[in-house]
Amino acid sequence: MTNKSSAGFRQRIIALPKPAKIALWVALAVLAYALPLLEPPLISTPGTDFGGVLFTVTVYCMVALGLNIVVGYAGLLDLGYVGFYAIGAYTAAILTSFHASWPLLLAIPVAVAVTMVSGVLLGAPTLRVRGDYLAIVTLGFGEIIRLTAVNIEWLGAAKGISAIQRPPSIELFEIPHLFWDGAVPLVDPDDTTTFLEFGVLDQIPYYWLGLTVVIVLLFADRLIKDSRVGRAWEATREDEDAAELMGVPTFRFKLLAFSTGAFIGGLAGALYASRQSFINPMSFLLLFSILFLAAVVVGGQGNRWGVIVGAIVVAYLPERFREFSEFRVLVFGLALMLLSSFRPEGLLPPRRTVRAKQLEHEIEALEEGQLEEEEAARG
Amino acid sequence: MLLEVEGLCVNYGHIEAIRDISFGVPEGTITTLIGANGAGKTTTLKTLSGLRKVRAGTVKFEGRDITSIPPYERVEMGISQSPEGRGIFPGMTVTENLDMGAYVRRDRKSTAYEQDLERVFTLFPRLAERRQQVAGTMSGGEQQMLAIGRALMARPRLVLLDEPSMGLAPKLIQQIFDIITEINQQGTTVLLVEQNAAQSLKRAHTAHILETGQIVRSGTGAELAGDEAVKAAYLGGDV
Repeated sequence: MTNKSSAGFRQRIIALPKPAKIALWVALAVLAYALPLLEPPLISTPGTDFGGVLFTVTVYCMVALGLNIVVGYAGLLDLGYVGFYAIGAYTAAILTSFHASWPLLLAIPVAVAVTMVSGVLLGAPTLRVRGDYLAIVTLGFGEIIRLTAVNIEWLGAAKGISAIQRPPSIELFEIPHLFWDGAVPLVDPDDTTTFLEFGVLDQIPYYWLGLTVVIVLLFADRLIKDSRVGRAWEATREDEDAAELMGVPTFRFKLLAFSTGAFIGGLAGALYASRQSFINPMSFLLLFSILFLAAVVVGGQGNRWGVIVGAIVVAYLPERFREFSEFRVLVFGLALMLLSSFRPEGLLPPRRTVRAKQLEHEIEALEEGQLEEEEAARG
Repeated sequence: MLLEVEGLCVNYGHIEAIRDISFGVPEGTITTLIGANGAGKTTTLKTLSGLRKVRAGTVKFEGRDITSIPPYERVEMGISQSPEGRGIFPGMTVTENLDMGAYVRRDRKSTAYEQDLERVFTLFPRLAERRQQVAGTMSGGEQQMLAIGRALMARPRLVLLDEPSMGLAPKLIQQIFDIITEINQQGTTVLLVEQNAAQSLKRAHTAHILETGQIVRSGTGAELAGDEAVKAAYLGGDV
């Protein structure tokens, strides 16, 4: 039934006139930007810096969007996505701190380019294998990247790299936060965020930066999904041989999916490194590849809004329930299990899956109806 | 000859699936390859469309050697294949599948494209009724129609049909073969691979019989249909 109501909701949104739709999106975006200033009770994270948590959520959203292209659109199971994230982070760290002192804004494009190249280098030999084999090769890739970082002094070895540069600040004005007295919101003139200062204490400007990147990625994702490229990915995922027979050079498109995913992973990694200002190989454990994949699968692979929801679930919930300390991981695991048994296609599956399911129900209903009619006729 | 196959050999690992076969497909005709399961029919088609690698021999299309050209380029040259069984995109709708068939075309917003779509819907009225249905939920016969229609959307010069009658009800088989004849009469050359020898021989201009990877008999459809040995082996002794 939830399927139906969400489909109904989508229909109602689609039916809105265009200006109303735009207004709705703008309102949502404004709310999203204002979220860390509003610090709404219940949603805000007790004990952890809310702005910092929100920034982490945006990094997960980027990663989920990138991995969704690889897994959801092109159907390539990548278990080593953290490798690209690490390459982006390490390139930014090396260029801005460890071996050079480039400004971050110059280092990010280079980091992204290096990650894309690494995606092509990994993909070119491995994308010829299918299914499970690819999963194993990528799993190995993620670990190789991490172990390389652990063992090479030039990459900071186990102790990592510190003093990674922050984005340049333009300090324009102060924005006061709200604080809540029960249900009453009050403006707190002592607690302000400087627009736009990327400092140590206040993480909110990072969140704004992350959110902006996510919004840009969402637009780009939509363009690419509806293009010839998106259709080629879809065909390749559904049936590789049939796609070739339609004239789709599947290998090239898989490589494109891989490097586009790498691009986004590298960007997320570079931003993450800049916010942390310190990285070491422990930041790029296999566990993160699994969490990234969990975000995509839990949210609904193939649906950009689904994977955003998945990223929020994976990145935000454990922080929100930090008060349960160790138990939160247990609760998180339980939540994932419940989700996979009750919503196996994800929280927000792509329209195609919803449509197929509805149709199955309709056909079943029709067949039952026919049987009943036949029986009635006979009786 | 639109398509010429010379001394073609194809291996699966160490197993020889196709051994030294040669045949041609004259322009404007229906040519058929018939044979039992495992005779190498599907392998031959997959090799012609480029999905299988050739061990020896050549494939020429319009006189040009295409033996080592990848499948997606062969589609652009005008060779289109309807794969065996459920070779459609199961998660896409009928319209989306047909649209994928026209992937290599640059005129997807033109009237020519619309006309081709209408042509497919005229050939297969069932598909017209189900434009928005998800292909994977359709019956085997409908999926087969969709696979053929999708192959036509590329505007091929040569269409390769892999067992279009497989798993269909007798009434539907007749219908599918009528449609194949019609497609051919509209100007598309057809290479048809079939187990249903009776229908194929009746429709084809030229026929070849494939046994364990080799061509054992060739002739016109009528000749082979009248041949006693062929009758005994493939037509149940009596047509």
